[in-house]
Amino acid sequence: MIDKTLKTCEEAVAKVFDGATIMLGGFGDPGLPGRLLEALRKQGTKNLSVIHNGAGSGDWALGGLIKDGRVRKVTASFPNNPGAIAFQDLYLKGQIELELVPQGTLAERIRAAGAGLGGFFTPTGAGTELGKGKETRVIDGREYVFEKPLHADFAFVRAHRGDRLGNLSYRKAMRNFNVPMATAGNVTIAEVDELVPVGGIDPENVHTPGIFVDHLVALPRHPKLVEIGPPR
Amino acid sequence: MKLTRDGIAYRVACDLPDGAYVNLGIGIPTIVSAYLTPDKEIFFHSENGILGMGPVAKPGTEDVDLVNAGKEFVTMLPGGAFFDHPLSFSIIRGGHLTHSVLGALEVAANGDLANWRTPGEKVPGVGGAMDLAFGVKNVWVTTTHVTSKGKPKILKACTLPLTAPHCVKRIYTDIAVIDVTPQGLVLREFAPGLDPATVQSQTDAPLQIAPDCHAMNIPEAPKGVPLAA
Repeated sequence: MIDKTLKTCEEAVAKVFDGATIMLGGFGDPGLPGRLLEALRKQGTKNLSVIHNGAGSGDWALGGLIKDGRVRKVTASFPNNPGAIAFQDLYLKGQIELELVPQGTLAERIRAAGAGLGGFFTPTGAGTELGKGKETRVIDGREYVFEKPLHADFAFVRAHRGDRLGNLSYRKAMRNFNVPMATAGNVTIAEVDELVPVGGIDPENVHTPGIFVDHLVALPRHPKLVEIGPPR
Repeated sequence: MKLTRDGIAYRVACDLPDGAYVNLGIGIPTIVSAYLTPDKEIFFHSENGILGMGPVAKPGTEDVDLVNAGKEFVTMLPGGAFFDHPLSFSIIRGGHLTHSVLGALEVAANGDLANWRTPGEKVPGVGGAMDLAFGVKNVWVTTTHVTSKGKPKILKACTLPLTAPHCVKRIYTDIAVIDVTPQGLVLREFAPGLDPATVQSQTDAPLQIAPDCHAMNIPEAPKGVPLAA
């Protein structure tokens, strides 16, 4: 019998090693695997390379991990989000590396990795600072930039519901980077609000099929992710 | 007279056609949706996987899983859809949106846009700006005509790092509506009380004057906020 469920986030992140590359789903708070990130902070590995749209917010989750000096490199599209204080502080001191990637290119590089592609040509960035030094090709009269796939040792994602097979279903704007990241991690770990029996998610509504998921943990949301109030 | 931020947003809203699929950037573009008239059915897209986005959620009705690209709690309209990032940027890059309304630091006469790196900014960030500028059919820009120091923002050539070359189709400022054409910039409208020569004096790039160039028709304050001052 297949059972991918684990009891705790601590077990789920136990195999993360020094120097690992980790993808983190979420855009703002929706879909952010906050409990896994807090467990990773306690777990203690260093020199991590993180792939995420932003660069963390405040001093918890990714912001906390960066503040603790555990992250060597961030690959992101929007690391200047106002809350990314820890990242910005270290970046200005030259203590953290940044690979800046346009948001659509970031999403597609992750998708390409999960889809077994060797890369793709995109118009985004051609003739700009972010296209410099990259291979270009003119296709049907338009200039394109070659972009390579982005793989990771681990992908941390968060969904609304999951079953023991790893099938995941998201709510509203939670899908964002979680869907492609779940396909691109060597080990994909999901944090879900609710564990349901097999068959509890209608196949019509399985957004991430269980084949992509290695482990899942069902836990109430991190309190930071249930607060309703003014956007942070 | 100059248009206020709401005035610029109002002027853009007048031009969005029925049936448009639109991405609104942060800042003045966000205000555009407030000035759409109910006779037009327009769908708003958000980078984080939403089509058919409604207004910002009223206090007490927020849903933690529903934010826009600016991380504000928003609502959905009937007929909307949720999807993941690759699909969201297929919509953008694949040319499926009809309009992208973006802010600008500089726009050049050939349609080059610079809006992602501010001078002196120490931590760079690009978000979805480049994909929008490269991918959307009609890139419309909203901006003040000159900087806070009075320097023109509509230039012969951009000096700041480009977001995308040759992408802007129309520029809406606090004093003018300007089309970017293969023959150069064409002044379509100017703010009430001004004239084409005044607009040209605040523009680095040369302006051609459209045959039907006229003063903008701007109501006073349809939503309680003055549109011009």
